[in-house]
Formats: sequence, structure tokens, C-alpha cells
Amino acid sequence: MTIAAEPPRQGFRPSQLLQDSRYRGLTIQVIALALLLALIAFLVRNLVVNLAALGKDFDFGFLGNRAGYDINQALIPYTNNDSHARAALVGILNTLLVAALGCVTATVVGVLAGVLRLSKNWLVGRLMTVYVEAFRNVPLLLWIVLVYAVLSESTPAPAAFRGEDAQASRLFGLIAFTNRGTYIPWPVWGEGAGVLGIVLLLSIAAAIGWRIYARRRQEATGRPLPVLWVTLAILVLPFLVVFVLLGAPVTLDVPTVRETGIARFDGGVNVLNSLVALWIALALYTGAFIAEIVRAGILSVSKGQTEAAFALGLRPGRTMRLVILPQALRVIVPPLISQYLNLTKNTSLAVAVGYADVRATLGGVTMNQTGRELESILLLGLFYLIVSLIISGVLNVYNQRIALKER
Amino acid sequence: MSDLHSQTVAYSRDTMLPPVPPPRREAGAVRWLRENLFSGPLNIILTILAIWVLWLALRDVLPWAWRGIWNAGSISECRTIRDQLYGEGTSAACWAVIRARWQQLVFGFYPASELWRPPLALVVFLLAVLPILFADLPRRLLWLTAAAPFLIVWLLWGGPIWGPVAVALGFGLGWLAWRIVARAGGPLLGAVAAILVPVLYWIFVDAPLTAALARILPIGLTPVRSSDFGGFTLSIVIGLSGITLSLPLGILLALARRSEMFIISKVAVIYIEVIRGVPLIVWLLVAQVLLNYFLPSGTNFDILLRVIIMVTLFSSAYIAEVIRGGLAALPRGQYEAADALGLGYWQAMQLIVLPQALKISIPGIVNSFIGLFKDTTLVSIISLFDPMRMSSTIRATTEWGGIYWELYIFVAAVFFVFCFAMSRYSMWLEQRLERSHR
Repeated sequence: MTIAAEPPRQGFRPSQLLQDSRYRGLTIQVIALALLLALIAFLVRNLVVNLAALGKDFDFGFLGNRAGYDINQALIPYTNNDSHARAALVGILNTLLVAALGCVTATVVGVLAGVLRLSKNWLVGRLMTVYVEAFRNVPLLLWIVLVYAVLSESTPAPAAFRGEDAQASRLFGLIAFTNRGTYIPWPVWGEGAGVLGIVLLLSIAAAIGWRIYARRRQEATGRPLPVLWVTLAILVLPFLVVFVLLGAPVTLDVPTVRETGIARFDGGVNVLNSLVALWIALALYTGAFIAEIVRAGILSVSKGQTEAAFALGLRPGRTMRLVILPQALRVIVPPLISQYLNLTKNTSLAVAVGYADVRATLGGVTMNQTGRELESILLLGLFYLIVSLIISGVLNVYNQRIALKER
Repeated sequence: MSDLHSQTVAYSRDTMLPPVPPPRREAGAVRWLRENLFSGPLNIILTILAIWVLWLALRDVLPWAWRGIWNAGSISECRTIRDQLYGEGTSAACWAVIRARWQQLVFGFYPASELWRPPLALVVFLLAVLPILFADLPRRLLWLTAAAPFLIVWLLWGGPIWGPVAVALGFGLGWLAWRIVARAGGPLLGAVAAILVPVLYWIFVDAPLTAALARILPIGLTPVRSSDFGGFTLSIVIGLSGITLSLPLGILLALARRSEMFIISKVAVIYIEVIRGVPLIVWLLVAQVLLNYFLPSGTNFDILLRVIIMVTLFSSAYIAEVIRGGLAALPRGQYEAADALGLGYWQAMQLIVLPQALKISIPGIVNSFIGLFKDTTLVSIISLFDPMRMSSTIRATTEWGGIYWELYIFVAAVFFVFCFAMSRYSMWLEQRLERSHR
């Protein structure tokens, strides 16, 4: 047996800090940290000096003061007597509203366009290519302003909806696009609406129970049970029966135009044109990117997978659901989530059409009124940062769950 | 043929039949239509739907655009001509606004006598990037690339030529210091000297030297203020400077994020996540109102420069993430092979890792560039005159009040051409650099 000779132990020499790759990293990091701290100290010192020179302080107390301005769309009760903090909250809710609407619509549009782009139909494929390229290569701001211009310039005035032979008509007799905003019907909760809600909840629970039972039975016996039709029946039938028995407790309040006096709509809910413009533009713009993601995802599943599934005797529907989609989704979902993130950040372009999002309330009127640029922008940035960290957190969890388990 | 076989065959044809043309339904346009548009019930429905959508979209727009009036001095004149030509109230575009105001849309408020300068600067830029984009050109052209930034700044902003020359001199001094000190005292000391010497020079010598030179030899162009920049000139200036500056920064950030040094990688992570987590509008707001708080009191530099810096910092975080993806996609064996060859960190990165990683990330990088170029429209929100804001300005004049679509369509078309060209170039580059299927 030989004993491995220990390398001659030398004491630590200072020159190793520069020459030895084991220690050099340490030196570089210390220098980098020192430079960074120096930079931060420089910036903070300037900040303190400048604030002192301007007679300002760093204080979030202004958030409790009376805001004193009106907001044209508030999801929670708000008057101009409320505080700046509440105005900011109204803005935050408006941002989240348009972001949520946009994400859902963009997904629908994007999936449709992505699938249609792969269609064998030449005309449809070309049409979708034109859609995708047009939206991907033109700035979003332009689309927002353009959609807003279409909504406010080429939609009829409320007066056009008047009379028997009106020039304009409501979409499906329900939705009226006017240059004063879009009027949509709104449900009115009558007596017994609560029962209806309970019935709906119960049938959702029953539908989930049926699906679980069906899967268990298939795993035990190998015989599939009809799921789709039964689920639909459980969801719809009891609801309809109770709806009729209770004598229609929920009615739709359909917007109608006043026939005399100033032409305006009564009933329903008025959705601001700025919200609709932002929503449509964001959904179509992001939809174009999602279409490309969906297309790439479907193309990424090799044809052999389809052929193998057919060889196993799976029908096309099941092939899609059990073989192709699970693999395609692995490719599609991560970039899809980051598109949601982009959409959420892009809602800050609301300022171009005067939609009262958080950038317009906290980072706009509040900031200009109080002169608290530093605090307002800090809070604004923090809000966006938190939203995006939450979304990327979801993304990371998903990525970990679907990561290929390699041996 | 064997005898046995020839006896069993009763009849054998000894001439070929002439080929028969395929059936009518299986050839030419009919076949194409049948296969691509009407192959099944679903397909037929889709085709009809598509035609309907096309009809809806184009039935008003095409005649409107086709009837467009190109020669008029104002929108009311446009309407008069339209009424004469097509009758009262027919919809017709008024393209005359683009003829009348294209100069503003392209150059903003740039002085009319100096309009040759921005295009010349663009030409210089294109010449300067040529030797980088195409490796077969003579290497001597790289000197032009090195000189181009100073030349472009001088062309765009004007003023005495000695300002940019003196700044360039600083870089020359830095290079000299590196050569001399690195030979004498090793690369680390050389790097310190290469940073220290130019910084000292810029602080203490640059301004007096510029002033003295300008007094002795007053060569220069008419100075142009940043507030006169506008239209597509502004977009292109911000976009191209952002693109060229953010790529190297993005590469460094990506390397830092993947670095094994704890502090450096964590700093890079925080930087990238914070920048990416907050929308560009908020960063532009920071550049507009907040930056002055963080600089020594009295410093007040140009809003355009601030925007360029902000856009660069913003875009570099995105590019860093794209390049990080490329670095991660590279097989580990490449890194190990570089180590096995005994290459140092920078050598390994420069010779082995980055060329491959950058190639993988080309589509992503170009996508970020396209995004950056489109995002230049956001500067309209902090009151710079980009094409969008320029069109509102034109709309606000008495001659062209009430004109909408023509300006938007023009701006959108120009953006489309630029971005579409970029994306096609990236696809072409991707194919050209593809080595795996040879």
C-alpha cells in the first residue's frame, strides 16, 4: 500500500488573491461589492442632498390625504373625498380587471388563430398569417389608439338607436356599441336567486363527483363512462328546471335608449370605450403572440406520436386529448404565462386612451397633485414587481411539476 | 427472359402506351382549389367564413384607400376635391397629408437645411455594422466601426467636431494605457489603468482641450437640440442606440447571472428581475422625473440621452434572459471541453461558448430588438415627438384637423416594414448559421 503524498502545505500568500483561480473569484467579488456599495452610497447621498435642497422629505403620509379627483371607472365605491390610497386601490383594481379580461380573451383568440394557422385550408392559413404578422410588427400603442379611434369615431351616437327604423341596432339585440361607450345587459337578482345559486353550486359538485366516479370505474373495470354529455346534463338540467319553477328569478336588464329628450341609454351597464379599446387591442396583440406559441407547441410534437396513438387504436379525439395535448402543453404553457405577464405590464399603456389604471391614478394624478414623485413611482414599481413575481412564481411551480423526470 | 417464362406468358405488350393526362378534377387550379379550400365540409365552412371576413374587412377600406386624394393643401381642400370627383359624402382617403407632412413625420423638427444629416448618419451606421454582420468583408473596415459612434453623434447633434474627437481620444488613451501597463504589470493592473486613465482624462482634460481646439480650428456643423428630434428619426435613434448598446450589456449580464460567484450572480438576478418586473412606461417615468434626484445637484442632462440610457438598461435585461437561455441550452460537454483545453474563463467564453450560445439565441435576440423598436413609441407618453405624437401634432393643426386613419396607417406601415424585415433577416441568419444538418 502506498500512501498518497500530501502536497507540500504552504501558508496562504497574498499574491494568491490575484494569481490563484481558487481565491481570485473572492477578490473580484469583494471589489465588485465595494464598487456597488459605493455607487448606492453615491446615489443615496445625492438623493438626500437633493431632497433637502427642494425642502421635501420621504414620507408616505400623503396616501391618507383627500384625493380630490374623480375617477371615471371605479369597481369599489369611490368619491373624490376618499384618500389617495383608495384612489390607488381603484387604479390597481382597474389594472387587474383589464389584465384579467385581456388574458382570457387573448388565450381564446391565440389558440384559435394558432390552430387555424395550421389548418390545411389555404385561405384561412393565409388570413391568420396576416393577422399574426400585422399585430406582431406594429407597436401596441398604435393598436390601442387605433381601436379607440374606431370605437369613438365610427360607432353611432346613442341617438342612432332610436325609433322603429333605427340606423343602428344592438348586437344580438343586447349589446350597444356607441361613441359614448358600450352598453351591455346586466343580470338583476330577483327573489329566489339565492336558491338558483345553490342549485348551480350543487350541480357543479355533482358534475365533479361524476367525473371522479367515472375515472375510478374506468381504472377498475376498463370501461369508460360517458363524461361530457352527463356533465353537461348535470350542469344545465337542474338549473333550467329550478329557473322555470321559481319563475325566472334572474332577469337581464337590457340597455334601451330613451326615445325622447337627450338620447342616452338606460339600464344595463356602461363599459367605457377606453376599457373596451384597451381590452380589444391587448387581446388581439397578445393573441398574435400566443398564436405563434400554440403553433410552435403543436408542431413540436412529432408526427410519430400521432401515428403511434393511431396504431394503439385511439380515435382522433382521444389522440389529441391523451397524447398530443399533454406534450404540446409542456411547450406551450411556460411562454404562455410569460405572455400573460407581458399583457399585465402592457396595461400601463392605458394612459394613451385615458383609462384610469394604477399608472394613471397613483403614477398620474396623485403624483402630480402631491409632488411625491419618489414615493409614487416607488409604490407603482413595487405593485408591478409584485404582480410579475407572483406570475413568475406560478410559472416556476408549473415548470417544476412538468419537468421531465429523468433517471 | 427464361424460356419457361416466355412460354407461360400469353400476351406481352411491346410498345409503351402514351401517358394520359390526369383527370380534369385532379389537375391544375381545380385540384388546388379542391385540396386547399374545399376538401371537406369543415373546410368549406372555413373557406366561406374566411371569404366573409375578408369581404367585411375590405369592402369599405379598399375603395376608400383606392379613391385616395394625393394632392391637396388641407383636409377641407381634400373634401372639396372628393366631392367634385366622387360626389358628396363618398368615403375617400386623404393621402395628401402624408405628402404634405412626411418631412415632419420622418424628421420631426430637425432644421430644414440640415435634413441630409440624419440619413447620412444612418448610412454611416449601416456601413459600420456591415463588417460585423458579414464576416467576409476586409477587417480594415472595423476601423470605420470604431469611429462610427463619434461620427454619428457629431452628424446628428452637430456642434464643433472637436467634442467627439476629444472623447474618442479618451478611448485611445485607455487602449494605450492597457498596452503599456499590461505588458509591464499584468492584465489586472492593465485593466485598472485602462479604466482610470480615460476617466481622469475625461474629468480634467477633455473640456479645456475641446474648448481650445474649437478656438484654434472652428470646424463644425450647426448644432441641433434634442428637442428638435422627432418622428421616425427619433424612433430610429433611440431604437438603434438601444439595440447596439444593450447587446454587449445583455451578454455581460447573462454571464454574470450564470457566474459561480455568489454576489455577482445574485446582483445580476436582482437587476434582471426588477427591470423585467416593471413596465417600460414606469422606467421612462423614472428617467423623466426621478433621475435628477439621484444625480449630483445641478446636473441636468438631455432627456433624449436619459431615455436612451433607460431603454438600453431595460432592453439589456431582456436580452440577458434570452442569452441565458442560449447558454443553458449548450451541452455541458462544451464547457468541459473548453476547461480540458486549458482555456481561461474569458477565452472559453469568447472562443467556444458564446459563438454557439449566441447562435442559438438569435431568434430571441431579434425578437427583443423588434420589441425595443416598437417600444420607442412609448416615449410619446413622456412628451417626446415620436411618430405617434407627431401625428397627433399634425392632427392638431388647422389644415389637417380631423384626419385620423391616414396618419396611423402610414406610421403602422413604416413600423411594419422595419420589424418585418428584421424578423425575416433573423430567419435567414438562423438558416445560414445552421450547422447541424450538413
